[in-house]
Amino acid sequence: MATAQQNKKMVKGGPAYPMLVRPYAIRRISRETYDTFTYELTPPRGSGGVSFAPGQFNMLYVYGVGEVPISISGDPAKPQALVHTARIVGAVTKGIKRLKVGDSLGVRGPYGSSWPVEEAVGRDVVLVTGGIGLAPLRPVIYYLLINREKYGRIVLLYGARTPEDMLYTGELERWRGRFDLDVRVTVDRATGSWRGNVAVVTQLIKPAPFDPMHCIALVCGPEIMMRFTILDLEKRGVDYDRIYVSVERNMKCGIGLCGHCQLGPTFVCKDGPVYRYSDIRTIFTKREV
Amino acid sequence: MGNKDKSQSVIKRKDLQALFDSLIKKGYSTYGPCVQDGAVVYDRIESVSELPIGWTDRQDNGNYRLTKTKEKRLFGFVVGPHTWKKYLYPSESKLWEAKRSGHEFEIVAEVNQPYKQAFIGVRPCELQALAIQDKAFLEGEFTDVSYLQRRQNVFIVAVNCVQPGGTCFCSSMKTGPKASGGFDLALTEVVEPNKHYFVVEAGSSAGVKILKEIPGKAAGEKEVLAAKKALRKASSKMGRRLDTDGLEKLLFKHIDHPHWNEISSRCLTCGNCTMVCPTCFCGNIEDVTDLTGQTAERRRKWDTCFSVDFSYIHGGSIRSGETARYRQWMMHKLAYWPEQFGTFGCVGCGRCITWCPVGIDITEEAGVFKREG
Repeated sequence: MATAQQNKKMVKGGPAYPMLVRPYAIRRISRETYDTFTYELTPPRGSGGVSFAPGQFNMLYVYGVGEVPISISGDPAKPQALVHTARIVGAVTKGIKRLKVGDSLGVRGPYGSSWPVEEAVGRDVVLVTGGIGLAPLRPVIYYLLINREKYGRIVLLYGARTPEDMLYTGELERWRGRFDLDVRVTVDRATGSWRGNVAVVTQLIKPAPFDPMHCIALVCGPEIMMRFTILDLEKRGVDYDRIYVSVERNMKCGIGLCGHCQLGPTFVCKDGPVYRYSDIRTIFTKREV
Repeated sequence: MGNKDKSQSVIKRKDLQALFDSLIKKGYSTYGPCVQDGAVVYDRIESVSELPIGWTDRQDNGNYRLTKTKEKRLFGFVVGPHTWKKYLYPSESKLWEAKRSGHEFEIVAEVNQPYKQAFIGVRPCELQALAIQDKAFLEGEFTDVSYLQRRQNVFIVAVNCVQPGGTCFCSSMKTGPKASGGFDLALTEVVEPNKHYFVVEAGSSAGVKILKEIPGKAAGEKEVLAAKKALRKASSKMGRRLDTDGLEKLLFKHIDHPHWNEISSRCLTCGNCTMVCPTCFCGNIEDVTDLTGQTAERRRKWDTCFSVDFSYIHGGSIRSGETARYRQWMMHKLAYWPEQFGTFGCVGCGRCITWCPVGIDITEEAGVFKREG
């Protein structure tokens, strides 16, 4: 291995290497809940924003700490402002939490598959989401609302553990006030002055107003929640090939080279994170695959 | 590697050093097999005398021993614990460096000067392993630039296998014992009473060029036949066999089979099999800083799907059980790989059988599912 080492030389810039990150500046931080924050990022000086499709993710790098895949939660029509919502659970997200407005956050992406907004044209759209799962679906909601006339009924079913765990509460209230959007919210445990539903999100599926024969269901949340959601959608008569799920796995590279995110014969980073459920059903229903 | 020259040449044993010399003169760093710590490994070598002359290896489940033979063969062994991937995808490498200034940082890419490496003694199964890693690193949507930089100028001298090892099953995987492509030169070693020579086939124009610089002659019918015969005999001497017919589907069918538990009750999840595997490409990314925090680095290291951390997401690992981890490895090789890359992830080199500390044999275990039908 001697030669390989001797031949190495550091050169500035270098060839386009997909593992290189671009430092974005944090423009705004908003607190969603006690452990979840939304970051608005500005591209490096002299470069524009990168357009993305709803459901895609970026790898976010905290200087010297590490990198994590986080879904883009902003408006696809406004790519110049990159928006990510992150729950503070591990070393890297704790590193993100320490950053302040003006600090740099490394970005690579966008990567992965996206929600089927084209396939959904002319149909009812049911979004079933739990917890932080609302973040990867928010770009779809923006997209659907801008292109509202192309779609049938739009139903958003959102469940959180407690009222304090709910994301985007201001926006949820605004969306709930619209006549062209059916927003139903529930919590597992009520606290304080909560007067809404107390139930798991799957219980909202049965009474929800959509045509099961003529809809697309987009599901994002903890895996256990997605499994039960699929059962209830099936009970309503929604076919597996019209259900889409967003899957989370360990990712190190985000570009299909490191092998960590494999789900059966697929790579979540490039074949997912958004899958048509019928494509992965046999693997998704197995334990520890 | 176009321009196939099908005609074969003969190089005498005593003239083989000229091959090393020509490659070195052309600026190649030459790598090949040599004996270190009781095993045949790959290292920088510059002469024929450094090859494991007269050594052969006995391999079985969890067992590897070198012994001397009377024949002074240069390539009388098969594969040891090393694979060529260590020169194309090093076990640890730096990808980039970041420098901090105030609240910001700047990324500086690690750029390597063009590599000029020559691999001498690449076995047919290993050629297929290189082709498989090329698929993973070069033929997807994203190119692994650090792999490409190392890979693009490699000169490959393949050596056909006339003496398969105890854990070899390249015939089953259709990767050997004869190289069919992916080399610049391919040698078949022939040892007869008072005769020791190599029948050489060029697989590229670069190979043809180098061949012209080595003393030799066009191969006669007798010599070609001797090489052919030795290779034919080799096919029937494989230490292991794996029936791959319909294997992929069968493994999917038996994904919940209790036999996975039986295998994992023996498996130590040490990851040895993944470290010696010539196709395993999984890697980890590590971001570190120096003590002052002014410079950060991104490093890539080989990783193994046998570790609990491999599949960790917040809340726990996806594959926390040993059964799931062994199943992931074997299913990836034999069931997922064909869907991902259109080929098995196994080339039949037998390393995972030999270097498994408890002697788990992939051909035996896959055979159990096969017999289930």
